[in-house]
Amino acid sequence: MTEVERHNYDVVVIGAGGAGLRAAIEARQRGLTTAVICKSLFGKAHTVMAEGGCAASMGNVNSNDSWQVHFRDTMRGGKFLNNWRMAELHAKEAPDRVWELETYGALFDRTEDGRISQRNFGGHTYPRLAHVGDRTGLELIRTMQQKIVSLQQEDKAEFGDYEAKLKVFQECTITELLKDDSGAISGAFGYWRESGRFVLFETGAVIMATGGIGKSFQVTSNSWEYTGDGHALAARTGASLINMEFVQFHPTGMVWPPSVKGILVTEGVRGDGGVLKNSEGKRFMFDYVPDVFKGQYAETEEEADRWYTDPDNNRRTPDLLPRDEVARAINTEVKEGRGSPHGGVYLDIASRMPDEEIKRRLPSMYHQFKELADVDITAEPMEVGPTCHYVMGGIEVDPDTGESTVPGLFAAGECSGGMHGSNRLGGNSLSDLLVFGRRAGLGAANYVESLERKPVVLQSDIDAAARSAVSPFEPAEGEGARENPYTLQHELQQTMNDLVGIIRTADEIERALGRLAEIRSRVRNVVVEGHRQFNPGWHLAIDLRNMMVVSEAVAKAALLRTESRGGHTRDDFPMLDSDWRNRLLSCRVSGEDQVVPDVVVEPKEQVPMRQDLLELFELSELEKYYTEAELTTHPAAQGDTA
Amino acid sequence: MSYKGQFRVWRGDSDGGSLEDFEVEVNEGEVVLDIIHRLQATQAPDLAVRWNCKAGKCGSCSAEVNGRPQLLCMTRMSLFDKDEVITVTPMRAFSVVRDLVTDVSYNYEKAREVQAFTPPEKLQPGEYRMQQEDVQRSQEFRKCIECFLCQDTCHVVRDHEENKLEFSGPRFLMRIAELEMHPLDAADRRDTAQDDHGLGYCNITKCCTEVCPENIKITDNALIPMKERVAGRRYDPVVWLGNKLFKRGK
Ligand SMILES: Cc1cc2nc3c(=O)[nH]c(=O)nc-3n(C[C@H](O)[C@H](O)[C@H](O)COP(=O)(O)OP(=O)(O)OC[C@H]3O[C@@H](n4cnc5c(N)ncnc54)[C@H](O)[C@@H]3O)c2cc1C
Ligand code: SF4
Ligand code: SF4
Ligand code: FES
Repeated sequence: MTEVERHNYDVVVIGAGGAGLRAAIEARQRGLTTAVICKSLFGKAHTVMAEGGCAASMGNVNSNDSWQVHFRDTMRGGKFLNNWRMAELHAKEAPDRVWELETYGALFDRTEDGRISQRNFGGHTYPRLAHVGDRTGLELIRTMQQKIVSLQQEDKAEFGDYEAKLKVFQECTITELLKDDSGAISGAFGYWRESGRFVLFETGAVIMATGGIGKSFQVTSNSWEYTGDGHALAARTGASLINMEFVQFHPTGMVWPPSVKGILVTEGVRGDGGVLKNSEGKRFMFDYVPDVFKGQYAETEEEADRWYTDPDNNRRTPDLLPRDEVARAINTEVKEGRGSPHGGVYLDIASRMPDEEIKRRLPSMYHQFKELADVDITAEPMEVGPTCHYVMGGIEVDPDTGESTVPGLFAAGECSGGMHGSNRLGGNSLSDLLVFGRRAGLGAANYVESLERKPVVLQSDIDAAARSAVSPFEPAEGEGARENPYTLQHELQQTMNDLVGIIRTADEIERALGRLAEIRSRVRNVVVEGHRQFNPGWHLAIDLRNMMVVSEAVAKAALLRTESRGGHTRDDFPMLDSDWRNRLLSCRVSGEDQVVPDVVVEPKEQVPMRQDLLELFELSELEKYYTEAELTTHPAAQGDTA
Repeated sequence: MSYKGQFRVWRGDSDGGSLEDFEVEVNEGEVVLDIIHRLQATQAPDLAVRWNCKAGKCGSCSAEVNGRPQLLCMTRMSLFDKDEVITVTPMRAFSVVRDLVTDVSYNYEKAREVQAFTPPEKLQPGEYRMQQEDVQRSQEFRKCIECFLCQDTCHVVRDHEENKLEFSGPRFLMRIAELEMHPLDAADRRDTAQDDHGLGYCNITKCCTEVCPENIKITDNALIPMKERVAGRRYDPVVWLGNKLFKRGK
């Protein structure tokens, strides 16, 4: 029998980023005992890195903004593949969630009249992003961290113990979700990173808030944590993942020096006036406005520049097209020989505003370039290029409650899928975390309260989970070279980057799948040295299995989707295809292999958009995305035929 | 461009350890954290280090390079001569877990003892109005990435474990200052700053300010004004009232 430390909670939240913390706050406010588990120290999750802001149509800077406008922008950004109900809830609830943060102590930048200031961002019609300079994520996570402390202080006053109701388990990695014999969630199994000892959380409800998968790509803005654990664990428990082919490549990552390649340059640089230029000094984005956005963006530099000060009478600069468009444009410029010396393009803010203004508005960008690249962004342009940034795909959830297809398993934040469709707008993630973090917290609380008895964890499952976790220390007998986890991770990253990256073809994806199959066969021969105490080699060996599952899901779905849309660009199918708009690709695992199971992908239909939401769009716009048959209920279409 | 760099890295755990020598490839533009990662990938797969963002944003990778508390991801190799031996050791003020990873739980305990933001009773969400110039002071302190380098540096605790009980360190004294300067916070933490968090231990040497990777003026902008507020409260009712009015007003 495995020796394991046991804990018992009503709700267990895996992940301490924005989504996880907001979910935990909600569950605890409902009076439930709640655990939050995270791989890093408390307060270090990915959310801390978010720069630009948090989108919410408060209308503080432009009072024309409303949830309807935000909803429309979100659907357009996602090329109408979004789960419309999620996009609706998100647009409606985001302002309340941001205001609520002020009651937790957040200090956003202010407008003249003392309200929360909002900035422009790609794809957002009006200035909409609440922000604090370019460190908005830090403000968000710290605020919620401090709210958790505040709740713990209340518990200390009432029960004499800070951790009576809400406890954070930091540097603890979950490796397995457990179910009872009815198929409902019964617990989560993992290890303490510090000691390597096993730990079991017995619970009726697990909320996944583990973030993304970007570490499967070589050039990425994401950290070591982003190995797709939540995606893979949920899939292995039987949940379905949707939209995995849609991976967002942020147009502006650092390209030089090599050691920082991929580190993000916030879109706020462009939102605040920075422009993209090629090696000829040309503002090339004017040449890349796609048909679906024709007429919505400025056509001359003069108009674009006027827009910053007079947005009501001018159209916005195409530098602020949705990210997928900008990333592809940069890719093309570089490919056609108009790139910068280190394989990017130029992002110029230096010539566009005074030094002091740049330092005030973009302090951490100034610092980042100065310290890491020896570039003074108030004097010279930055060199930038696309970097893997965000995964739109994730655990399929019920929009209102966050429940997955497995009873008792909930998901929120980047690891859930649907909200952003094929492409996420900047700033829509932080708001997503707040809106759906809270909803998942509520959903889980309601679920747990409705349970007649708490599901029971089976001892055999605990033993199996423990065996699987330590297997890298016990190399299999006989043939097969001993594999180094770092080498395999590198090969996997290279494969995904080169063959399932920003521009894809069937041929390349098939080659990627071949290589993934080969890497998979070697994953079982991974051997790690040393002991279980804070051993990064061992941690990676386990994470690698999850990276395999999500990489296969991405590649297989990418192969099936024979069109280009948002974060999925097929060179062999370069057009948007209306017949694909309503089809989601759903990934599940199958097969014998428990450690790195096979992934199967199946198309499924999305629920048609509710009529009142459909009517928020002009027919002429919808016609660019929808098939004719889908639009017969639109009033304008009925007018035509009547 | 690349060269072989000489490194001495502390390896061990709570039972003890020692410096180990390594020769590692160094490439243009790299930072110390890159070298540690290369060691992991090639020579010491179980070398323990914390990191996340690799861009100075998360405050995970704190350690000491040639004895100076620093973020490993923001310490560029170009600062050093090619033949210089670079010594990397864990933060000294905290006990070692393993290699470069230390037990920073002291900080989380102190964080929990600072009375949280206390919202104004009459305002509903969405009704908060604050001027930029009034939030700016607290915003400077909210840039803190909780790297705990200032905590590691401050001489009050660096070699005086016993003071940890009564002294919360610059990071959390600054947190108190931040809340005290919040235009809408409704609590008063001046007594506890002195009595429970050990503000009096600080003799404004500014060592914390010097190591802060966020360039926060911890001593000048947080600790000294906090000391003034406490002094005012204790000895001078007029100053106290003035402070209170100043804080509430615009
Ligand atoms: C550089 C950068 C800048 C960005 N800027 C913006 C922006 O300006 N606006 C915006 O809206 N979005 C932005 N984003 C995107 C946004 O920050 C992320 O999508 C979002 O923070 C994800 O939050 P989350 O709560 O889902 O997950 P995270 O914050 O990533 O948290 C994941 C948590 O899960 C834990 N975890 C993972 N696996 C396990 C496991 N197996 N066991 C236990 N715990 C686990 C991790 O330790 C972590 O605590 C940015 C992203 C990056 C990388
Ligand atoms: S100024 Fe105060 S807190 Fe900072 S290092 Fe000196 S004694 Fe410590
Ligand atoms: S105040 Fe500065 S040195 Fe101290 S923890 Fe915060 S960021 Fe680090
Ligand atoms: S890794 Fe985040 S600060 Fe160094």
